[in-house]
Amino acid sequence: MLQLGNPRRFLDVTGKLLPWLAAATAVLFAVGLWLALNVPPDYQQGDSVRIMFLHVPAAWVAMMAYGLMAFAGATALVGRHPLADIALKTAAPLGAVFTALGLVTGSLWGRPMWGAFWVWDGRLTSFLLLLFLYLGIIALGNAIEDEVRAARAAAVLAIVGAVNLPIIHFSVQWWTTLHQGASILRQGGPAIAPVFLWPLAIMALAYTALFMTLWIVRIRTTILERKAAVLVATGRA
Amino acid sequence: MSALRTVIARDLMLAVRAGGGAALALAFFAAVATLVPLGIGPDLKLLARIAAGVLWVAAVLAALLSLDRLFQADFEDGSLDLMALAPLSLEALAFAKIVAHWLSTGLPLTVIGALLAVAYGLPAAATGTLVLALLIGTPAVSAIGGIGAALTLSIRRGGLILPFIVLPLVAPVVIFGAGAVAAVLDGLQSGALLFLAAFSLLAVALAPFAAAAGVRLNLGA
Amino acid sequence: MTFALAIERLALTRGHRRLFAGLDLSLRAGDLLSLTGPNGAGKTSLLRVIAGLLAPTEGIVRIRTDSGEAVDGEDRARLVGWLGDRDAVKPQLDVGEQLRFWAKLYGTPAPEPEAFGLKPQLPGQYLSSGQKRRLALARLVLTGRKLWLLDEPLAALDDDGKALLAGKLTAHCAAGGIAIAATHDPLGVDGLTLRLGDA
Repeated sequence: MLQLGNPRRFLDVTGKLLPWLAAATAVLFAVGLWLALNVPPDYQQGDSVRIMFLHVPAAWVAMMAYGLMAFAGATALVGRHPLADIALKTAAPLGAVFTALGLVTGSLWGRPMWGAFWVWDGRLTSFLLLLFLYLGIIALGNAIEDEVRAARAAAVLAIVGAVNLPIIHFSVQWWTTLHQGASILRQGGPAIAPVFLWPLAIMALAYTALFMTLWIVRIRTTILERKAAVLVATGRA
Repeated sequence: MSALRTVIARDLMLAVRAGGGAALALAFFAAVATLVPLGIGPDLKLLARIAAGVLWVAAVLAALLSLDRLFQADFEDGSLDLMALAPLSLEALAFAKIVAHWLSTGLPLTVIGALLAVAYGLPAAATGTLVLALLIGTPAVSAIGGIGAALTLSIRRGGLILPFIVLPLVAPVVIFGAGAVAAVLDGLQSGALLFLAAFSLLAVALAPFAAAAGVRLNLGA
Repeated sequence: MTFALAIERLALTRGHRRLFAGLDLSLRAGDLLSLTGPNGAGKTSLLRVIAGLLAPTEGIVRIRTDSGEAVDGEDRARLVGWLGDRDAVKPQLDVGEQLRFWAKLYGTPAPEPEAFGLKPQLPGQYLSSGQKRRLALARLVLTGRKLWLLDEPLAALDDDGKALLAGKLTAHCAAGGIAIAATHDPLGVDGLTLRLGDA
């Protein structure tokens, strides 16, 4: 990690790594999707169960991305490291996209299951709040012109959010049990049959690899952009 | 301690004098609470059912209305620099400002909330719970809002972005605050007020540090 | 030991622009430094760095107190008296209230507003820009801090106000303090000069 902290070293290492990571992403997606489309239909959910293979990994990556972003934020604040600034700033939109993907696939799955595109289910509601948190961090980072201050402000908000997220999740769970009389939902998702586990695991790996690939590309692009900006500003280009 | 009291007293004075945000926030709260029955209809049974939720949402929005200037006014006229150089840590300063905001907004909102709850036909026991919940929960709104206010203090249109970053963070306050009342209406036992108190304590204890970090990074502007 | 300020290899980059670099400066009790230079040369930023409000890109700012203690980092804030480019005057409070607030916050006695040509009952919103500057000067004096940092202290002051400022600066330096003022015009007091922005 420390070795990678140097932007030049980061560019060197990830430059070699990136093609392999991208190839692994493609292979994992191909295998995962093939498996997901070839499992037998669920006895309760029918073919709708296949949405799960797109939905669950998206939700998982959305949360992992938040954890990584908050970690980058803490590193940026403590270590005052430019690479951590960039890592935070670039992770936020990716995390937001995966959260949105989780919400969209969740509601697509909900239509045949619940008869409605949106229900105020505990998980969906938690994820909606997570999406707002992501959007708030992006908006705050964009509203402050100075790069360093923008990154630090976003980092503070990301950390505050990380402390608050488990509480939000818990309170939303409590909220659904309180109002259960009015809802038609059951707690928790369906238990996973073993035959679905393999495709799910491979799709989870595929999504993780996709996130990592995109994140590294975005970090590299931002480093190069800033280098270019310095060259222009100092009149060397 | 005396420096802390000095800042609280001064912020309260600024909040209540002309141009301060306190009266505006209270008027906003009352106006929203009046508008809801106009949209929904005068059915007291329905209004009593939604009273806690409506009043909590209105109270949070009203508190946010006066929060965006919490640090910004002092930042823009240079007072914040002088406060940063005073023998008072930024953490203590943030705490004092959060306390002053609560005294000038959260506390009066609680009082008006009691009147509005009666107007919504909320039974006495549930009204008592709502008032208690507002009293316990509004400090958390001031505290978390204080973080947002500190982070956005240098942004020209910070008032627009502030609600966006604060609202998801105060979701637990609305959930437990309104949930406590719903439980009373349904005759259920609930630990909502205890959860709310724990959340509020945590928020008030930790927010000054995050808010101070926000002020510190913005002073370099 | 006497009060002293030492700046070593100070550099500041804002955005992609280097405002100053390799700045060395050493001031002793009684010194008055005029900071000059064109607009945007970094005078205000340098004052903010010295006060500790802004972190430098490189270098150190160190203050030696009368007791010989070396102070740097955030503790430095406790030694700085600040007169910023903005007056920090609240329209809702009168002159006396403002001075009493800052005196209580800094834990020092409040000065008589009359000594600065101000009426205590005058509301902040009716103060002219020159009167606001006088109020800011009164606040600087009341801090009792030994290192004064002033940003364009002459702005909007009339001749009486300028004389008042010169008197306060002279007294401050005579009492063993240090003052650094970013200014375009002569302060009317003899002192050192540092010009920024000619690099």
